Amino acid sequence: MLKTNKKKKHEKPQALLKAATGIVGLDEITGGGLPAGRPTLICGSAGCGKTMLAVEFLVRGASQFDEPGVFMMFEENAAELIANVRSMGFDLEDLVARKMIALDHVHIERSEFEETGEYDLEGLFIRLGYAIDSIGAKRVVLDTVEALFAGLPNQTILRSELRRLFRWLKDRGVTTIITGERGDGTAITRYGLEEYVADCVIVLDQRMRDQISTRRLRVLKYRGTGHGTNEYPFLIGAHGFSVLPVTSLHLDHHASTERISTGIPRLDEMLSGKGVFRGSSVLVSGSPGTGKSSIAAKFIEAACQRGERSLVFAYEESKAQIVRNMRSIGIDFQPWIDKGLLEIHSSRPTLMGHEQHLVLMHDLVRAFSPTVVVVDPISNLFMAHDDSEVKPTLMRLIDWLKEEQITAILTSLTGGGDASSEPEDSQVGVSSLMDTWLLLRNTEFAGERNRTIFVRKSRGMAHSNQVREFILGDHGINLVDVYLSSDRVLTGSARMAQEAHERAAATLRGQDHELKLRQLAGKRKTIEAQIAALRAEVDSDLAEINFAVAERTLRDKTAHQDTNAIFQRRGGKTRTKGATRDPQ
Amino acid sequence: MSSLMSGKTGPKIGAMPEFQLRLYLAGQTPKSVAALANLQRICETHLAGQYTIDIIDLTKTHHLAASDEILAIPTLVRRLPEPIKKIIGDLSNEHRVLVGLDVRPVERESP
Repeated sequence: MLKTNKKKKHEKPQALLKAATGIVGLDEITGGGLPAGRPTLICGSAGCGKTMLAVEFLVRGASQFDEPGVFMMFEENAAELIANVRSMGFDLEDLVARKMIALDHVHIERSEFEETGEYDLEGLFIRLGYAIDSIGAKRVVLDTVEALFAGLPNQTILRSELRRLFRWLKDRGVTTIITGERGDGTAITRYGLEEYVADCVIVLDQRMRDQISTRRLRVLKYRGTGHGTNEYPFLIGAHGFSVLPVTSLHLDHHASTERISTGIPRLDEMLSGKGVFRGSSVLVSGSPGTGKSSIAAKFIEAACQRGERSLVFAYEESKAQIVRNMRSIGIDFQPWIDKGLLEIHSSRPTLMGHEQHLVLMHDLVRAFSPTVVVVDPISNLFMAHDDSEVKPTLMRLIDWLKEEQITAILTSLTGGGDASSEPEDSQVGVSSLMDTWLLLRNTEFAGERNRTIFVRKSRGMAHSNQVREFILGDHGINLVDVYLSSDRVLTGSARMAQEAHERAAATLRGQDHELKLRQLAGKRKTIEAQIAALRAEVDSDLAEINFAVAERTLRDKTAHQDTNAIFQRRGGKTRTKGATRDPQ
Repeated sequence: MSSLMSGKTGPKIGAMPEFQLRLYLAGQTPKSVAALANLQRICETHLAGQYTIDIIDLTKTHHLAASDEILAIPTLVRRLPEPIKKIIGDLSNEHRVLVGLDVRPVERESP
């Protein structure tokens, strides 16, 4: 059964039939698989995985697509091949026993041959034909047919026979993989096999960069169909061959409207009060020691408290170290680990290439199925490499996590340290992939560094424009409002000093009021006293005057009586009162 | 499916022939016909009485192609004496056939 891949409607009615390889990623690049019923050339230098790819093509064909296959090998023998692919989990012996795969080792030893005149390779054809018929094969691998060049001296015959062989394979309608050694310089294969196999050519490549080897795959040519033309990293892992992108190249993941808490109430508040969207990606970036891991830890704690699983990829600290260190801010991971809600996977970023890390992540995420994935930090993992290849890798990771509705918390170390150097610029490339970007900064002022946090962006929600001070304490993380003094943000001691100052000022103002009131009361008392004194004075004056008046009256009365008495004594008549004034 | 050629034309009747040869062909192609003719001529000339020839038509016995490691057609295999030797081609080059079989050419009988 050939798996057809119907291309878009407007293409020709008979779209090229494709034979799915079942190999993760390869079918996506080729738009459905290798050309069905035609030969495909896979070339590459020694050790880059040609045979593995070919074997997997057969094994998956046999086990997934019910297409038996013949593996005709010219170099290894069957026992070696069986042993080699067992490490990828392929049981060739079983498939051979079930007549799903036929192995045929063609042994060529040049010294055994003596050429005497005209010949052809009909023996090989018969042999292959017999193997194909014996199991009803739909797929054939020739690995590597170039060995014939070493074995047979007459290249003219060989070339014409190879041409005939590929034609014959096409006529038989078997999907064939022919492997070939990479030639020197610009040659695709050492013996120019690409001349005969014109339908599809896939080039494998292994290269070293920073002492880390990465393997790459490129579809050089695919007649009659569109294909991804880039170089794609690939890996040979415990589950066989995987070509990245392991996920689809489309951008059509579901967007959840559910919000989940960051574990820090004040931070949720900054994100319009509800936290981030489930399945979104959150970048926490900052210079060293700004608390990126702690924010991630709170996130994990919140997820665990909700009963969700979290998976942490740590590239700086060991598991034990993380558990210990997070206790210092009041987060205890151990119970969650014991409950199976949290898994911490620590490894060195330089252990392998980032593609391998990515595949490892895929494997672990699939196995653990978390709802929150933390990568701490992505900068270590990816930034060490050339940026141009990092972004696609990271994009694939993020896309995939989104597709799986897994919330991703990615911390990123920025260079520099202070706000003035705009360290976040180094993250611009990555940040476009992120839905929410929390930026942590150190502000240095008045002899100390303090942490600040703000939401640089958060797609799909109103978010705070405020800078908050971010305090790591024994009881976790707290965000406090910063103080603004003239034109700068005050944090730490400066903030506390400012707070104290304001408190003191308030006290002082209170005291001042009281004093004034007291003064006023005092004044009132004084004035009242004065009033009383004046009143008393008036009273006393009045009394004095009354006394004087009384005295005068009395004196006048007395004097009048005296005068009268004297007058009477002189014998005069009683004189009128006025007459008495005269004697004075 | 192999047909035994009567090669025991030599005098040593009853003795094991020294050379056991097997010729792999694929149907009646010109090359096959030529190879068979050439082989018979060479054997008669140089190995008279010391050989047997099996002829295997791979178009009839497909499985032998794999078990006997045959790629090229025609292939002549010297099964005995050991070691096994393979000669490919239509055997038109008599000298090389003899080298391949490790047979010292018999001097042409003087007329």
